[in-house]
Amino acid sequence: MDVLNELVAWFADPGQWSGPGGIPARTAEHVQYSLLGLLVAALIAIPVGLVTGHTGVGGFTTASLANFARALPTIGVLFLIVLAAGIGLVPVVIALVALAVPPILVNTHEGVRQVDPALKDAALGMGMRGPQVLLRLELPVAVPLVINGLRTAAVQVVATATIAAYVGVGGLGRYIVDGQARQDLTMMLGGSVLVVLLAVVTTLLFAGLSRLLVAPGLRSLAASAR
Amino acid sequence: MNAVWDWASGVVDWAVANWSHPGDDERGVWPRLVEHARLAYVSILIGLALALPLGLACVRWTRLYPPVLTGVNVLYAVPSIALFFLMLPYTGFSDWTAIVPLALYTLVILLPNVVDGLRQVPEHVRQAAVAMGFGPLRRLITVETPVALPVIIAGLRVASVATISMVSVASLVGLGGLGQLILSEGFRRQFDAPIVVGIVLTVLLAFATDALLVLAQRLLTPWARSGGRRGRRHRAAVPAGEATDADAGTDPTQTADSGNGARPWTS
Repeated sequence: MDVLNELVAWFADPGQWSGPGGIPARTAEHVQYSLLGLLVAALIAIPVGLVTGHTGVGGFTTASLANFARALPTIGVLFLIVLAAGIGLVPVVIALVALAVPPILVNTHEGVRQVDPALKDAALGMGMRGPQVLLRLELPVAVPLVINGLRTAAVQVVATATIAAYVGVGGLGRYIVDGQARQDLTMMLGGSVLVVLLAVVTTLLFAGLSRLLVAPGLRSLAASAR
Repeated sequence: MNAVWDWASGVVDWAVANWSHPGDDERGVWPRLVEHARLAYVSILIGLALALPLGLACVRWTRLYPPVLTGVNVLYAVPSIALFFLMLPYTGFSDWTAIVPLALYTLVILLPNVVDGLRQVPEHVRQAAVAMGFGPLRRLITVETPVALPVIIAGLRVASVATISMVSVASLVGLGGLGQLILSEGFRRQFDAPIVVGIVLTVLLAFATDALLVLAQRLLTPWARSGGRRGRRHRAAVPAGEATDADAGTDPTQTADSGNGARPWTS
């Protein structure tokens, strides 16, 4: 329980809560990288997923990409991109984007693919054209899966942004890296606890988001799917 | 094109030259690959050993399932890198620091598949076994588990690929098999060849394990191969994301979660 007491003392230290190396500043950095990475990834993956899901083109490629990406070691991807592009914020964000695209893309693709064909027939029967079917029927129905993909990607991005401290940027990973360098176990554990909290908050945020965005008629479906 | 070729052959040369150092088990690519496979396989097996009894309990006492599933999912939201560090005060730098979190992460995939697999055993099959005088234990081992096997193996495939790729993160606490190659040989020395070799071997190990599980399923469920139409549809272990329209919804052994690529990703 010694570890626990030291951890509490570490969090209670007012010096932790101010300045450029303080917990608020580090958390803000972490959130900033993660948000940037996730946003860029979503801007790439969601439109592509919608189009491939709607047209059915590239389904095999998407599936293969998903399997391949699942097998990729995240730290390998991060370190390779940083080594190729240099140290700094941009390579880190590129790596985060590369890791966040596959789950979002696959979930969007699958979400659109899995829309009941009877619904699509009904939409066409009502006189909707292709793009209308996509935006007014398939997208709303796919929202639960899309958000699921976004959540998965977000948690992954938050976790990987931690490792980004190894390549010399800020964020909560700094506590872990600096703690390791100083042989300061409490600092390492404090950083880990903060990352856990951030990941849990992220998960809750997306749970709230799906409550907000999923059409009421789909909610029972979404609940049973998860 | 030539530059790419030179670069690739340079990477291969490095891997060959550093494959193993006789007399020094700590260095080289091969020992790292073995360590990686050991950490991943032990974690997956422990996860399976936990998921089977837990899944049975959840099928037997249905009210147990929602809270257990929620608990496993909450645990899954914890990033692996944080969990590895949080293990340090308890397990130090032993293999358990990597194995305990990895085994717990597999539960989020394995547990629902075990439960769904067992629940999908048709009632008439169960009743036939009862009528033949099978007791609960014998029925479980000789009838229900084999029928549930395709779904369980489908979960194992997703879990093993995810686990194998996650082992690398444990290199940050000094474990991590091929991750060590990526971190200490590659990144700390600003040298790309070990990183590429580490990534490629991790992916190859994941795909080889996946292929082994497919083979295991074919050997363990011979009835699924013979017998035409139904048999074909029983080949449930389509890797996540490869489910075609035809078997995504209709296959009785395919859970919605195991085949549609919408599985949670591991970090």
